[in-house]
Amino acid sequence: MDLTRDHFALFGLDRTYDLDVQALHDRYRELQRVVHPDRYASAPDQERRLAMQEAVRVNEAFQVLKDPLQRAVYLLGLHGIDLDRANARVDPAFLMEQMELREALEAVPAAADPHTALEAVLERIQAAIEGLQGRLSGLFARGDEAALAEAVEGVRRYQFLDKLRQEAEGVEARLEETG
Amino acid sequence: MALLQIAEPGQSAAPHQHRLAAGIDLGTTNSLVAVVRSGRAETLPDEQGRHLLPSVVRYADADAVVVGHEAKAMAAADPHNTIASVKRLIGRGIADIKTLGGRLPYEFEAAEGGMPRILTRAGAKSPVEVSAAILEVLARRAEQALGGELAGVVITVPAYFDDAQRQATKDAARLAGLHLFRLLNEPTAAAVAYGLDRRAEGLHAVYDLGGGTFDISILRLNKGVFEVLSTGGDSALGGDDFDRAVAHWILEQAGLGEGQDPRLLRRVLADACAAKEALSEAGAVPLDIDLGEGRRWQGELDRETFHGLVDPLVSRTLSACRRALRDAGLRPGEVADVIMVGGSTRVPRVRERVAEFFGIPPLVDLDPDRVVAMGAALQADVLAGNRPDSDTLLLDVNPLSLGIETLGGLVERIIPRNTTLPVARAQEFTTFKDGQTAMAIHVVQGERDLVQDCRSLARFELRGIPPMVAGAARIRVTFQVDADGLLSVSAREQTRGVEARVEVKPSYGLADSEVERMLRESLTHAEDDLAARRLREEQVEAARVLESLRTALAEDGEALLEPDERAAIDAAAERLETLAAGSDPEAIHTALKTLERTCAPYVQRRMDAGIQRAMAGRRVSEFD
Repeated sequence: MDLTRDHFALFGLDRTYDLDVQALHDRYRELQRVVHPDRYASAPDQERRLAMQEAVRVNEAFQVLKDPLQRAVYLLGLHGIDLDRANARVDPAFLMEQMELREALEAVPAAADPHTALEAVLERIQAAIEGLQGRLSGLFARGDEAALAEAVEGVRRYQFLDKLRQEAEGVEARLEETG
Repeated sequence: MALLQIAEPGQSAAPHQHRLAAGIDLGTTNSLVAVVRSGRAETLPDEQGRHLLPSVVRYADADAVVVGHEAKAMAAADPHNTIASVKRLIGRGIADIKTLGGRLPYEFEAAEGGMPRILTRAGAKSPVEVSAAILEVLARRAEQALGGELAGVVITVPAYFDDAQRQATKDAARLAGLHLFRLLNEPTAAAVAYGLDRRAEGLHAVYDLGGGTFDISILRLNKGVFEVLSTGGDSALGGDDFDRAVAHWILEQAGLGEGQDPRLLRRVLADACAAKEALSEAGAVPLDIDLGEGRRWQGELDRETFHGLVDPLVSRTLSACRRALRDAGLRPGEVADVIMVGGSTRVPRVRERVAEFFGIPPLVDLDPDRVVAMGAALQADVLAGNRPDSDTLLLDVNPLSLGIETLGGLVERIIPRNTTLPVARAQEFTTFKDGQTAMAIHVVQGERDLVQDCRSLARFELRGIPPMVAGAARIRVTFQVDADGLLSVSAREQTRGVEARVEVKPSYGLADSEVERMLRESLTHAEDDLAARRLREEQVEAARVLESLRTALAEDGEALLEPDERAAIDAAAERLETLAAGSDPEAIHTALKTLERTCAPYVQRRMDAGIQRAMAGRRVSEFD
């Protein structure tokens, strides 16, 4: 396999943010049918090692492409933007909103109906994420320098929201386990 | 001198030889073996027509090992030398076993590295040896039924088994002299047996409550591909716990406390198990318990009381289901089918509560005791290469997160749980002190943030780091988990390229040298047999490699190889063939390695061509 090929090329998909999710899944299965080590159960060790390497790479690429956040970070990387080094100021209004959401989440266990309260927080997070995904898709489609700079800021926001969503799911897990 | 036979393009050189394969369900309470005959998977009975082999091994005297029903019958009379439920012990450390409860009637000694051995009159036995004894009986049964030597087996393990438990199971296969194609997760095997791959796509849950373990897996099925989305469970929760809960209740009712002698405990457990089974039909069962020394206790256990005893255990399984669904991003109502696996799913209360949880009646058409072995046999048949047009593919996940210890006893997670296998992830670390030349790496498995709450898998040291100021070295640690769920770790210092690679051999596993020693001891004419075995193994491997090479060359040797490359491969193959007819295992091994090296570019090109074809086929079909 040509290691210089990017994840999109590996899956034979166009390098866009709005990728065809169904095609991604279909191609993932087709690729695994070729490279999965089970296909080489009786093959010589060397071939098995190679199959293992390829299957690892296909899995890795699939993980990145199927997750909208990881996909955005990866696309920025393909444009030569390293998110850890890129400058982007996150809008104070956004940070305020984040703090408010976080407070709402912290108040959930003490709420009269914690499940409904949590549901409301999760819905707000989800709506914000969906809004960001829409924005990112427009920005990546434009693809010029200004658009990409804006995308960096969008991804930063997405990372905040994603972390918050994970925390909210943690709260959900604890609620369910305590009944 | 034999010449390589060249077939017409598109035809394999030799008619494919049917290779014998079996699937083994190595269970806590019972084990089974199944094979595929005329396209159908069937479990194999013993001479008396019994399919289930109790997973009980008795060391009757120094040389006599008895496995199965006869061993089980002696369990109460000879508890110290009769080992049951060894699956609970496999891959566990002596410390784990102490927490499993003082109820185990065996005497343990801690061997090197904290691996427990059970003291029997035939000597100290490791759980790996005991498991190997069970595997041997089942493999022999399959070989008798099929009339030949097995090319390989698939052995099932609970999806929730950690690396140490998987590695120990693999060691047991090796000790039993079996070629292991694959360790397969039990729920995945069950889904294969149900033939869900022939159905429309959808989401399915496999609820597997065995004697000693509980597993839940959520799978997505699509055109023959089983993609495990998440898995969860409890590797120390099963039907035995139902029996124990009932036995505990009986002892309490009879006015007896803990700390009874092993024989009485065995008897009460057997009565508890019988009562549990009878309650599947009856609303209440009478109890008449022999307490020994002529004392008896009489009473009754009704369904309601029974439900009260087992409900907390069933609830624990449902919590695990909830977690697995959440990991898959699903709600209970989205699951199309729930497959019931494991003898304990016969308990009506379990079925009731599972139906209630998922909102659908669970599937119980296949015998829940046999379904796993049947699935394993089907997959063994595929892996043996007997079904070249099968498009079944099983994509499993790692059940527990893997990480390493960082400063302050914290876990740095490297591969989160439920990541599709195989997977490799790398992480960079740096030195803590100026001039530091070695680094200890501690690998752990588990979901908790503190190292002490996770399972320690391995420790190894990377030495020879060039002295630099603190924070300047770049150490890249790569974790790789293969399709069997087994981990290997390697570390590399980036600036100078110092490398350390470890097979993660957990403290509770067997060292390779130990396996060899046991193999030697198990053979009567140790030296000769071992050499003969080595030669046989190399010859089998050579034949396998040559056959697969011939098939490959016939398919695309012409298209992918330059004439001089082809000549080099033919020469290396010919040399291997000549040596394989001889009796020097070392020479065969060297010739094999040479052939592999010669073929390396060809193998890579074939794989690339396969990928290209897969993508091209996809693109063409999209225009349909």
